[in-house]
Amino acid sequence: MSLIDTLARMEAVAAGRAQPRCTVRHRHLSRRPLVLVPLTTAGEAGAPLGALVGTDREKPALLAVPQPRDRELRFAFLAELAEAVLPYTDGFADAVEWEERKETDPETGKKVPVQVELCADAPQLLVPSGAGIEFVRLLGRSMRFRRTAEQEPEAPYPAPPHVPLLGRWLTHVGERARVPGSGLLLSMTDLLTRHWATGQSALEDQHLGALLSWIDPPPGMSGRAAAERAECARDADGQLLCPPAGPATDPAFDNRLLAPAMARYDAGLPGAEEALRALIEGQLRPTWDAVWHGVDLLRALPEGTRVAERWKRDRWSYTAHRDRVRAGEPPQPRQDDAVTAAQKLSARESAQARLDAQEALDDPLVMAGRRLAGEAFQGTVTAVEMAMSEGKRPMPRPLVTLRTDDRPQLAEGVRLHRPLADGRTQTAEFVAFEGDDEAAPVVRLTGGMGRGKTPEPGSVPEPGDTVCWTLFEHSPRGGPELPDPEDTPWTHGGPPPGAAGAPPDAPDPVTTEDFL
Amino acid sequence: MNVSRDGRPASAAPVAGRPAATPSLRRRLTELRGPGVRPRSLDARALAALAANPGCRRRALLDGAGIDKAALAQALGSPAAYGQSQFAIVRGHAFEARVTSDGGTELLRLLHERLPPGTPPPAPDEVATPDLSAAGPEGRTARTALALREATAAGGWALLRHPMLAVEVAGSPAYVEPDAVVVHPDGSWTVVEIKSFPMIDGAADAAKVGAAARQAAVYVLALEPVAGHVGAYTGREVTVRDRVLLVCPKDFSNLPTAAAVDVRKQLATTRRQLARLTRVEDIAGALPEGTTFDLRLGDDGKTATRPPEELAEAVEAVGAAYAPECLAACELAFHCRKRSREEGAVETLGRGVRGELGGLRTVAEVLAAAGPGAPEPPVAPGGPDDPAVVALRRAAALRAEALSRTVVPGPRAEEPGCH
Amino acid sequence: MTATQAHRPDPGRPFDPAAEAAAATDRILHDTLHGTLRGVVVDSPPGAGKSTLVVRAARELAAAGRPLMVVAQTNSQVDDLVLRLAEKDPRLPVGRLHSSEPGAFDPALAELPAVRTSAKIAELAGMDIVVSTAAKWAYTKVDEPWRHAIVDEAYQMRSDALLSVAGLFERALFVGDPGQLDPFSVVGAEQWAGLAYDPSSSAVSTLLAHNPGLPQHRLPVSWRLPASAAPLVSRAFYPYTPFRSGTGPGDRRLAFGVPGDGSGVDRVLDEAAESGWGLLELPARHTPRTDPEAVRAVAHVVRRLLDRGGATTSEASPAAAGEAPAPAPLTAGRIAVGTAHRDQAAAVRAALAGLGVTGVAVDTANRLQGREFDVTVVLHPLSGRPDATAFHLETGRLCVLASRHRHACIVVCRAGVADLLDEHPSTEPVSLGVTVKFPDGWEANHAVLAHLAEHRVGWRP
Repeated sequence: MSLIDTLARMEAVAAGRAQPRCTVRHRHLSRRPLVLVPLTTAGEAGAPLGALVGTDREKPALLAVPQPRDRELRFAFLAELAEAVLPYTDGFADAVEWEERKETDPETGKKVPVQVELCADAPQLLVPSGAGIEFVRLLGRSMRFRRTAEQEPEAPYPAPPHVPLLGRWLTHVGERARVPGSGLLLSMTDLLTRHWATGQSALEDQHLGALLSWIDPPPGMSGRAAAERAECARDADGQLLCPPAGPATDPAFDNRLLAPAMARYDAGLPGAEEALRALIEGQLRPTWDAVWHGVDLLRALPEGTRVAERWKRDRWSYTAHRDRVRAGEPPQPRQDDAVTAAQKLSARESAQARLDAQEALDDPLVMAGRRLAGEAFQGTVTAVEMAMSEGKRPMPRPLVTLRTDDRPQLAEGVRLHRPLADGRTQTAEFVAFEGDDEAAPVVRLTGGMGRGKTPEPGSVPEPGDTVCWTLFEHSPRGGPELPDPEDTPWTHGGPPPGAAGAPPDAPDPVTTEDFL
Repeated sequence: MNVSRDGRPASAAPVAGRPAATPSLRRRLTELRGPGVRPRSLDARALAALAANPGCRRRALLDGAGIDKAALAQALGSPAAYGQSQFAIVRGHAFEARVTSDGGTELLRLLHERLPPGTPPPAPDEVATPDLSAAGPEGRTARTALALREATAAGGWALLRHPMLAVEVAGSPAYVEPDAVVVHPDGSWTVVEIKSFPMIDGAADAAKVGAAARQAAVYVLALEPVAGHVGAYTGREVTVRDRVLLVCPKDFSNLPTAAAVDVRKQLATTRRQLARLTRVEDIAGALPEGTTFDLRLGDDGKTATRPPEELAEAVEAVGAAYAPECLAACELAFHCRKRSREEGAVETLGRGVRGELGGLRTVAEVLAAAGPGAPEPPVAPGGPDDPAVVALRRAAALRAEALSRTVVPGPRAEEPGCH
Repeated sequence: MTATQAHRPDPGRPFDPAAEAAAATDRILHDTLHGTLRGVVVDSPPGAGKSTLVVRAARELAAAGRPLMVVAQTNSQVDDLVLRLAEKDPRLPVGRLHSSEPGAFDPALAELPAVRTSAKIAELAGMDIVVSTAAKWAYTKVDEPWRHAIVDEAYQMRSDALLSVAGLFERALFVGDPGQLDPFSVVGAEQWAGLAYDPSSSAVSTLLAHNPGLPQHRLPVSWRLPASAAPLVSRAFYPYTPFRSGTGPGDRRLAFGVPGDGSGVDRVLDEAAESGWGLLELPARHTPRTDPEAVRAVAHVVRRLLDRGGATTSEASPAAAGEAPAPAPLTAGRIAVGTAHRDQAAAVRAALAGLGVTGVAVDTANRLQGREFDVTVVLHPLSGRPDATAFHLETGRLCVLASRHRHACIVVCRAGVADLLDEHPSTEPVSLGVTVKFPDGWEANHAVLAHLAEHRVGWRP
C-alpha cells in the first residue's frame, strides 16, 4: 500500500468512515448490469447451492438446488442460470457500429484498412467479491466441456442445451476479468476498495458488508462499529445477521439450518422445498441488496474521462467472443498454449501500464500518489527559453524551467510526458536543475509542437502556467508480435497438439458419482 | 535420518531442538492452565500455524502451555468465527475412504506415477498394510514406530494408514496423525496427505496446497527421529523424503489424482519455529507472579466463571503481535484486534503499512506527524527531518490539494441491506 | 579468465582453479561447436568468466564459418559485449543492431573499424556476429533463421521474451547466473504457474522443462570473489552447485595508508581489510527506507575508504611476470554502494555529494547485476524494517549485493534483522508443479547474517 493510501486509511479511522481514494469513477458502470450472487455447497467444487440473478434490483430470479447431491437438480439449476444469463449476454450482440481496422491482406501481405463490426455496448456482470469471480471461472470450467444430447446422443448424463454455451461465456468474462481495468466481470468489493479507503485492512475489506459499513455507515453508528457488527453479530440462533457474501456459506448456517432442511426435503415432507428455497433466499438477499447499494454509491461518482476508451476495449473483447461463438469454434481449451499465455501476459502488462497512466491523468488524487512516489511532478513555469535542435533541419526545442515542491526521480535525459489540451501527449526530457536547486527542474520540450520551425500556438507552456509532467508514458505500447501457435519454437515444446487440427479438449470423464 | 539433506546452510537449519521441559517450566505451564486442566494437544494443523505469526509472544505462550484458545476467546467475549460445515466434513471423509479403501492399491499407483521414471512399480499383493491399532496415543505411537521398523527391515513396500507420531512442543509431546506413510523398498518413507479440495487441470488452490505442505512438513519432522532409530536398528540408510504426496479429487469427479509437493522450505521454517518455542520459558518467566489463564469452568465443564476483566488482564500481561492475517489463523484474533484497534496500532490496517512509517506506531502519531498543525512532531524519533515525517506531510499536503480541487460526492444515505 | 589462468601455476594445491575452469570451458565449447543437441546451458556463478566465455564462444563459432546472433538483455550489456569482441579481435565483423531511438548505443562503438551499427537488420547482412537486445530481436524478422545463437543473461530473460526470439535461430548456447534476480511481471501470472512455458518464468526453466536432455554445464571458479567470499556465497546461494574462488587466501589484499582513528567506521574498514567482510551494526530501530543514520553511515564508510588511502593488491595486477604484484590505489571508480530501493540510492548519492565524494557507483541491486568492483558498501535490504516482504527477502537481491566485490564487502545494517527473520510469517501459497527455488531468501539471509555477525562492529552514530 502506498503512503498516500495508508494516510487515507488512517484518516478513515479518525473520521469513523471511509475516505475517498479517487475523485472520479475509474471503472465503467453499465446502465443495466447483471448482478449474480451465487452460493456454493461446502466441500464441493462447483456444486452450486443457489443464486440470485438479474438486472432488476427489485425482482431477482431465485435459483436454488434443494439437494446438491442430485445431478438432475444441479443440471436444472445450470439450465435456469443459462436461461437467466444468456438472453442478457446475447442482448448486446446485434447492435453494432462499424470500425476501421488494419488487417493483413492474406494475398499481398500488406496491412489494409477493413471495416469491422464493433458491438455498441457489452454485458457487464457484477458479483459481490473476488471469490465470486473465482466461482464464475469455476462454473465456466465445469460447464464448457459438457456435451448436450444433441451433440452426443449416446453419452450418459447429457447436459441441458445452452449449458456449454453459458460455460464458454462465463469462461470468457472470467478471463477478461484478469485484464487490469476491464469491466465485463467485476466484483463489488474490488470496485469499492478502488474508490474508497476504509479504516480497516485490505483483508477485512473483502467482506462486502463490513466494507459498505465503512463507506456508508447507518445513521448514528461509526464505520468501525457497523463493520464489526456486519462481520460478527449473530442472532439468538447463532446465525450471522449479515450473511457472508459467498459463494461459501457460514458453517453455522449449514449445520443448524441447511442440513435439517435438506433432511426434510430428502424425506419428502410437504413444503420442504419451499422452506429450503426461502432459507437460501434469506442468505442471498442481503448480499444482493448490498451489491446494489454499492452500485448506487459508485454511480454518484462522475466517470473518469478515459474510462470510455477502456470500455471500448471490453466491447472489442465481447465482439470477438461473439464472433467465435457464431463461427462454431470449440470451447476455450483447458490450458492456454505457450503463445496464448504469452500473449495474454503481454496484453495484461500493457493494460496495467495504460490503466495506471489513465487513472492518474483522469484524477488529481491518483496523480498525487504518483507525484509522491516521484513518478510525476507538477509546478509553475518560471521561465521559457527558446532553443533549436542541432542537425540538418533544426527544430524547436524550448527549455522550460519550473518551480515545484515535488521530488521526482530525475536523471539527465529522463523522458517526460505531459497531456495537452487536445488529448495528445507532449514529450520532453529532463535537462538539469537550475543552479542545483531541486525545486527548479529544467525540461527540454521534444515533441507535440507541430512540424514547423516555430512551435504551434499553445504547445509551449508560458510562465505562470501550471504543468504536470509524468515520468511514465501515457499510452504504453504493447509487446512484440509472437509466433503463431503452430510455429511455437522448440524451446517452448514446439506446436501444441491442438494447433495442427487435432481434436479439441475432450469432455471431462463422467463417473457414476460426480465430485459429490 | 535424512543425512543427505544436511547440505543446507547450517546456521539456517538448526536441528529441531527439543530440549526436555525443565520441571519448573512444567509447573509454571500447569499454573497457567489452571489446576486440573489438561493441556490441549496441538495437532499438525495447529503446529503448522505456529509459523503464521511467529513474532507473537502471546500465541507462543498459550500454544506452548496447551491452553484452549477458543474457550479463552469465548470467555473474553470475542469468540472466534471458526467452525466447519458438516457437508465439508462428510465429503472429506468420503473421499479419503474412497482413496484408501482398496488396501492402498490406488494410493501406491498414484505414488508410483510421481516417482522418477524407471522405479519398479509395487505389485498390489506385495504391499504390507500393518495394523496400527493400539490403546492411547502413546500406544499408537509405539505401534507405528514398530511397524515402520519392521516394514523398513523387510525391504518391501508398506502402507501405514493413520500412523501416529509424536513431536516435542516446548517440552511436552504433541501427537500428530498423517493420513498415510508409505515405506519404499529402498528404505525411504513418503508422507501422504489426502485433501478434499480439487485439482482442476493439474492446478489447485495455492493457499490450500501451502497449508497442506506446512502440515505435511510437521509429519516429516515427526518421522525424522523415528527414522534415526530405525536406521540405527536396521543398519540401513533410512530417509524421510522431503517430497510428500498430495492426493486430491480430480477436476469435478471423485477420482483421485496426486502431485508431489516439495516441502523443504516448510521443513526449514517449521524446524526453526519449533526450536524457538523454547522461548516459552522466558516468556513465562517474565509474567507477573500468579498470572493464570484458568477459566474456572463451572460445574457444567463449559461455562467460565472467571470474570472476563480478570482474564483480559492476564492475557494483556503477554504482548501480542496482532495483524489482520491472524483473523484466519488464531482463535484469539478478535480479542487482539479489539485491543489493537483501541490502542490505534497501525498494524490493524495491515502489516504492510508499517514499512514507510519508521518509528511511528499509532494512527494518532501518524496523523499528528502528517498534520499541518504540528510543527514539531513530538513523537517522530528523527524529529521533523525524519524522512517518514517529511513524506507523510508531503502526502497529506498532496492529498488535501487534490481533494480541494474537486467535490467528491458523499455517499448517499440509504437503508443498507445488512444493518 | 584465460589470461589469468596462464599466470597461475599452483603445483601444491589439490584444486587447480585454472585447470578446472579451462576444462569446463573446453567441454562447453565442444558441446557448442560439435554437439548434436539444439541447446547448451551454462550456469555461471558471480564473476566466473561468463562474458569471457561468451566472447570466446562467439569468436570460435565465427572462426568456424558459422555466423551467429547474440541476444543480451540490456543495451549496456550489448555494448559491453561488442566492445569486448572488438578488443579481442579488432578485425572481426560485428553488427550492432539497435533501436531507432536517439542514443540507443554507446557512441564508442562508432570508433571501431569492424563494427557496423544499424537499426535495420538488412544493413547488417553478412556480418559474422550480430548482437542486440532481446527486445530489439523480438521486432526483427528474417527470411532464414541463424544456425547459431548465444543467449546471454538467460536466467534474467523471461520465458515469453525467449518465445518471441527463438524462431530466429536453430540452436543456441544459453549462459547466465541462476543466483541473481529472477525476472518478474507486474501483473499476476498465477494461472500459468506450474506450466512448463509459464510466460513469467525464466527462459532457462522453460527451455529445460521442454528439453530436459540438453547438456548443462557450469563454470566452477569465481575469478572475482576472493577466497574470503566465495565459500559463503556458494553455500548460501548455490548449495547444490558449489563453486570455488580462483584465488587463495592472501592472494588479494586491501590495506590503508592511514591508520584507523578508532571510530566504528574505521574499525569496520579494518575488519573488512583483514577478513573481506565487515558489518557495521547500528542500534536497532524501525526506520523508513531512507534511514538518515544508516545513509550517513554508508556515506562515511565510503568517505573513509577514500580518505584512508585504500590500496588493493591483486594477483591480476598489471605486474610483469616474476615481479610481485603492485598495489593499486582504491579509487572512487572501484567502489560501489548497493541498496534495495532507488530512493535509498538517491539518498546515499546526496549524502556522498554532501561529503564531497564523486565517482562512486551507487545503485540498486537490479542495476548492479553483472558489474564488478574492488570494494562494495551495502545497505542491508532488511535494515530498520518493521517487516520482511517477499521483495526484501528475494534471494537474488542479497546474492547480487554480496557478490560484486573483488576484495571486501561492508554491510551497514540496523541490529535486529535476525529476529525480524525469525518473526517473519511463513504462509506462502504453493503452486503445484512449480520447481521450488532453493534456498529461499529467508534461509539465505540467515546464512549471510550469521557469517556477518563474525565481522560485526557496533556503532552508535
